[in-house]
Amino acid sequence: MPDVKCLIYGYGNPGRQDDGLGIELATMVENNPQLKHHVDVDYNYQLNIEDALTISEYDKVIFIDAAFNIDKPFVFYTIQPADTITFTTHYLSAESIVALCNDLYKKQPESYMLAIQGYNWELGLPMSEQANSNLQLAYNFISEVILNRFSCCITG
Amino acid sequence: MARKITIEPVTRVEGHGKVTIQLDPQNNVLESRFHIVEFRGFERFVQGRPYWEAPVLVQRLCGICPVSHHLAAAKAMDVIVGAGPDGLTPTAEKMRRLMHYGQMFQSHALHFFHLVSPDLLFGVDADPAIRNVIGVALKFPDLAVQGVMMRKFGQEIIRATAGKKIHGTGAIPGGINKNLSIQERDEFLKGQDPMNITKMIEWAKAALDIFKDYHKKNKDFIDSFATFPSSHLSLVRKDGALDLYHGVLRAVDSDGKKILNDVDYQDYLKYVGEEVKSWSYMKFPYLKSLGKKDGWYRVGPLARLNTADFIPTPLAQKEFEEFKAYTKGKPNNMSMHMHWARLIELLHSAEMIEQLLKDSDLQGDKLVAKGKKVKEGVGLIEAPRGTLFHHYRINDNDQIEMANLIVSTTNNNEPMNRAVNWVAMNTINGKKEITEGMLNAVEVAIRAYDPCLSCATHAIGNMPLEVSLVDADGNILDQKRK
Repeated sequence: MPDVKCLIYGYGNPGRQDDGLGIELATMVENNPQLKHHVDVDYNYQLNIEDALTISEYDKVIFIDAAFNIDKPFVFYTIQPADTITFTTHYLSAESIVALCNDLYKKQPESYMLAIQGYNWELGLPMSEQANSNLQLAYNFISEVILNRFSCCITG
Repeated sequence: MARKITIEPVTRVEGHGKVTIQLDPQNNVLESRFHIVEFRGFERFVQGRPYWEAPVLVQRLCGICPVSHHLAAAKAMDVIVGAGPDGLTPTAEKMRRLMHYGQMFQSHALHFFHLVSPDLLFGVDADPAIRNVIGVALKFPDLAVQGVMMRKFGQEIIRATAGKKIHGTGAIPGGINKNLSIQERDEFLKGQDPMNITKMIEWAKAALDIFKDYHKKNKDFIDSFATFPSSHLSLVRKDGALDLYHGVLRAVDSDGKKILNDVDYQDYLKYVGEEVKSWSYMKFPYLKSLGKKDGWYRVGPLARLNTADFIPTPLAQKEFEEFKAYTKGKPNNMSMHMHWARLIELLHSAEMIEQLLKDSDLQGDKLVAKGKKVKEGVGLIEAPRGTLFHHYRINDNDQIEMANLIVSTTNNNEPMNRAVNWVAMNTINGKKEITEGMLNAVEVAIRAYDPCLSCATHAIGNMPLEVSLVDADGNILDQKRK
């Protein structure tokens, strides 16, 4: 397949144990030159409206976040644009970011979510053992995805 | 049989809020309570850590305003290393101010475009399916792009001053670790349209005009919704000017009489107490001179414009005069005017950024000041949502042994309860079902304060607004979620 411009975007709070899974995995990708050669990596505490502009510059985007209700080490799925109605600035979903990107910049990057199961969410403590194990499985998976030039993502 | 209506935003892990409204057998509101479960463990989190780590560590408390925690902790540590609160070098203080006004600018812009503009552009009674930021993007794309770019501009200021997007290291005890290069400065001053400060000022004014236009057409709603008298507290500059980074502590009552008359915030414990209530994890701060019952106060943009005598930038000052004239110089106690005040601060922040960028002290090379070390320090800052207190004490091994934080949302705990109670009394009283309109009214009241909900824990999940009608035994009679 032709070269695609891909962004790996991890988010969460590394100060709250397993909530940092997204940033941790993004950092692992960033620190591996073989993987980093094929992708750009970004991370933040949480998603926000300007991320619509960021992802508009890519063909494919893989968001990485911690999850607390998937009952598997990780899941990987296509993100469909959707609005999110909230009463707070403290939450914006990846689906909303993709919808904003479509509406504002008329760009439709193929967007995916890699959600990694977390278990503990306290302030200031290390990541749980189970989460670390899930992180490694997710790392193996995303490494395959990147090294195979996203072939698994072609059909979404 | 008494009933309860529960409105519960279900966040993912630790932080969630819910509104419980107690009804009597005739469905009249007996009492309402707004709960936020959050902030647990903040103080414990930093205990035992070396004091110099605090400005970096505390950023993990909030993903929306990490800069506020970063700077409040750094200000407290300035005191501990003997450089504060007034002993920083001009370069250090101005770099921190630039960081802070960048944070203020992006946060206020985000609040306006994400939460407020949908209500103002579509009307608060419009279909929720379109009354959201996506709806704004579809119908008013130019405005939505402005929102994105304003937020991004503020983020870039933070990146240039704090060093990076997360875990910034810009502020250190006694100063900063970098200045602003000429190249960085020029990117903000003369960047390609629209990413320059001139355009940001223009857009901030335009956002203010949107609010004023809506206000003109919806005066009754804006002026009456969740209006109640209160005291107001904030930092002000020593000459009474609005100052979001540093100053003395001032509080006024609902008539404008000074309750705290420009006191040194290092002594805040003399003036501010924190009450614990059995039904809430969050404390209820109060002014000791007025006691627990009457000493509660508001913080944030509305409070700041009520305590300040003037704004030291010309465009915002002009808007401030109009704002003050509306209440004939008296404190403004209208919750929805929080949006007006926030947008005046948005404009002021943009003007401050411009002033600072043109100040050659930002290119100075004296970055850190030191003095005689002490064991205890307090740092206060006006965060986007209001006054933020950080208080630390260290031991002989330079480890933090005591930390006390009062965050903006905690300061606004009682006012948010009052706002929700206003909604309960005015829209839910006598009703036995939860309608879309009631739910929306609760949202509008909470949005005005934009409470911090378990900052920065964002594992995949949902943050719906869940409304449950339950009887006195806790049985759910009706439940709505959106």
